[in-house]
Amino acid sequence: MIHFEGATVLFPREGAEPLAAVRDLDLHVAPGETVCLVGPSGCGKTTSLRLVNRLVRPTAGRVLVDGRDVAEADPVRLRRGIGYVIQSGGLFPHLTVAANVGLLCRLEGWDTARTAERVDELLELVHLPPSEFGARYPAELSGGQRQRVGVARALALDPQLLLMDEPFGALDPLTRDSLQREFLELSERVEKTILIVSHDMDEAFLLGDRVALLAEGRLAQVGTLEQFRDAPASEQVRTFLESHFHGR
Amino acid sequence: MAGRSAALALAGALLASPAAAQDVVVGSKNFTESRILGEMLTLLVEEAGLTVEHRSGLGGTMVCFDALRTGEIDLYPDYTGTGWATVLKEPEKITDPLRAFLHVQARYRELYDLDWRMPLGLENTYALALRSDLAEELGVATISDLVPHAADLSAGFSIEFMNRADGWAGLRPHYGLALGDVKSMEHGLAYEAVAGGSVDLVDAYSTDGKLLRYDLTVLEDDRAFFPPYHAAPVVRRALLREHPELGPVLDRLAFRISNRRMMELNHRVEVEGAGFREVAAGFLRSEGLLGSSPVADEDRGARGEDGLVAFLLGRWRETLRLLGQHVRLTLLAVVLATVVAVPLGVAITRSRLAERVSLGAAGVVQTVPSLALLAFLIAVPGLGLSTRSAVLALTLYAVLPILRNTFTGIRDVDPELIDAARGLGLTPVQVLLRVQLPLATGTILAGVRIATVLTIGFATLAAFIGAGGLGEPIVTGLYLNDTRLILAGALPAAVLALLADRLLGVVERAVTPRGLRRPG
Ligand SMILES: Nc1ncnc2c1ncn2[C@@H]1O[C@H](COP(=O)(O)OP(=O)(O)OP(=O)(O)O)[C@@H](O)[C@H]1O
Ligand SMILES: [Mg+2]
Repeated sequence: MIHFEGATVLFPREGAEPLAAVRDLDLHVAPGETVCLVGPSGCGKTTSLRLVNRLVRPTAGRVLVDGRDVAEADPVRLRRGIGYVIQSGGLFPHLTVAANVGLLCRLEGWDTARTAERVDELLELVHLPPSEFGARYPAELSGGQRQRVGVARALALDPQLLLMDEPFGALDPLTRDSLQREFLELSERVEKTILIVSHDMDEAFLLGDRVALLAEGRLAQVGTLEQFRDAPASEQVRTFLESHFHGR
Repeated sequence: MAGRSAALALAGALLASPAAAQDVVVGSKNFTESRILGEMLTLLVEEAGLTVEHRSGLGGTMVCFDALRTGEIDLYPDYTGTGWATVLKEPEKITDPLRAFLHVQARYRELYDLDWRMPLGLENTYALALRSDLAEELGVATISDLVPHAADLSAGFSIEFMNRADGWAGLRPHYGLALGDVKSMEHGLAYEAVAGGSVDLVDAYSTDGKLLRYDLTVLEDDRAFFPPYHAAPVVRRALLREHPELGPVLDRLAFRISNRRMMELNHRVEVEGAGFREVAAGFLRSEGLLGSSPVADEDRGARGEDGLVAFLLGRWRETLRLLGQHVRLTLLAVVLATVVAVPLGVAITRSRLAERVSLGAAGVVQTVPSLALLAFLIAVPGLGLSTRSAVLALTLYAVLPILRNTFTGIRDVDPELIDAARGLGLTPVQVLLRVQLPLATGTILAGVRIATVLTIGFATLAAFIGAGGLGEPIVTGLYLNDTRLILAGALPAAVLALLADRLLGVVERAVTPRGLRRPG
């Protein structure tokens, strides 16, 4: 479904070498699979994710979605086919929950009735009763509720592919725990290909079928929990794992 | 789109002021004497059987002169010295009145196809005026007579007089006049000071009605220092060719008005509160130049004994009419400025260069003095002395706050939200219309609100080019030194500004989505 082929992203810097946010990334995400990008802050997770929906263009290499180079796709069509949940939620404060969720449906020319029906369905899916939450504004929601609306909005056009950038990042542990469980339940039900970002190892192995560990823009290792534990690809990976799974 | 073309249609309809259908349009500058003389010329033309309109109280020489050249007006009274120095910009100083007149007449014909008709007699030049009791006591009649007493005298000179080469700076060496004490003060205050005895000598215009009111004696300029400023009608020669009978009609006033007479006429208006037209007609009748048919009355000065409230209530109809004009001017300017500034403000968020240039240009416009801008605009063919010029000037001033707020509003939208919108697959236009503009609406409306309040203030200046509005009584009141008349314009304008501010505040709140409102 997604192929990163030697993707490299250089950000020019004033008076210094360009910053390599992503270096020579090769990664394949199979249809229906959930892959979790993980790694320390600034290692290039968000940038890698944004390569997929062309918010960032590769300096070298390419990214394929469904076998087609995204560089050649019409960005609007491409993005409407890919659900995107951004790190901070990114809900539009001037629109109600229902309007946020239904925005893309309206832009696709759906009539109000069909949009309303879809919005209700999606809000139910993320456990927000439409009658109670539909008319609220983002400012009137808790952090966890906002994240759920963000997920519902990303699912509006029923995309096959979902990009999620730390959807449970800024939440308290209890909320995060329940949202993680909801996510698992949801990902089973909706059968999407999901590329999700996390900076937490536990979360990564919980949510992802496979985990891709990034370090300074490079892919250090990709695999399941067992593969990481039994055959760490390098000394660096081993120490990283240890520091994150201490006490287990 | 429909909204915008409707707005344009509205603007177009409101701007299309009916062209003057009169044979002759007389102009006058915005001070009492010019307006009285303008009325006299108007009445004479009317008496000769032509239809005529008087655009009274236009903002100064350049406004009148430009209006004359562009044919917005056909004639107005001016002064030879003004033609010499202000219009022709002759570098040398002139003292011979006849030479001055013949020179400006010849040059105007050559350069502008304009004619100076016969002088009216009066000369409104700078003069020194001494308290009459003191003049008598010291036996002073000329400026030279002052010289021996100079050290004991104190003067209060207007700021303009103090600074001009043909004012105090040149006068002092010319006569060797070493006054004991010279203060610079606002002209109106100088008269009060001389009345109160704290100064003895003031600069004055030689026909100023206040010279009678404060019992001052004008000293003769015996060594011809001040340039000649003789009044005469300046006329488009094209009009004279079209109406050859008009020239002699205007010349009927030749040398009829002495300085003393003019002083009295000015005094009648400024101190006694008579109307311009009434005073002009009275003079013409006394000279046998006007039949005894009654002259239609006009908006009179405000010298009645009424209190302020009674005065304001008494002219409510007039106030309402001016208020209507004022609202129209403001509305047009703000609508036009919004139509221009909002798209421009959006566009310049995409280019640093365009941003600098546009905000810079709009800022520069703000620093142009409003009268200079008006004078500039009325010289543009097709604009002239019309509501169009006033609206355009107001629009130019209103653009900056709206432009700046649109730019800031759009630029300050959280980049994460724009990113989210793009990531969801909104086109750039959809990002603008669905996210940036709605989020910037509050800021943009705040800009419109500021622009509206500013424009209501600026619109009082429209009166200087005869475009009406609440500035009319203010301008007249300023020249008549009549506080009630000034208030008759200033109070409604202030109330209008407050109301507009309130109203737009309510609109701002109403269109702000609940999600963006600050609690409380
Ligand atoms: N638009 C940009 N211009 C310049 N540098 C950028 C840009 N976006 C990201 N970077 C840099 O690229 C590197 C990778 O950033 P990225 O956002 O992908 O990290 P991340 O792994 O998502 O970090 P975090 O866990 O903090 O979200 C960082 O050093 C960042 O400063
Ligand atoms: Mg990130």
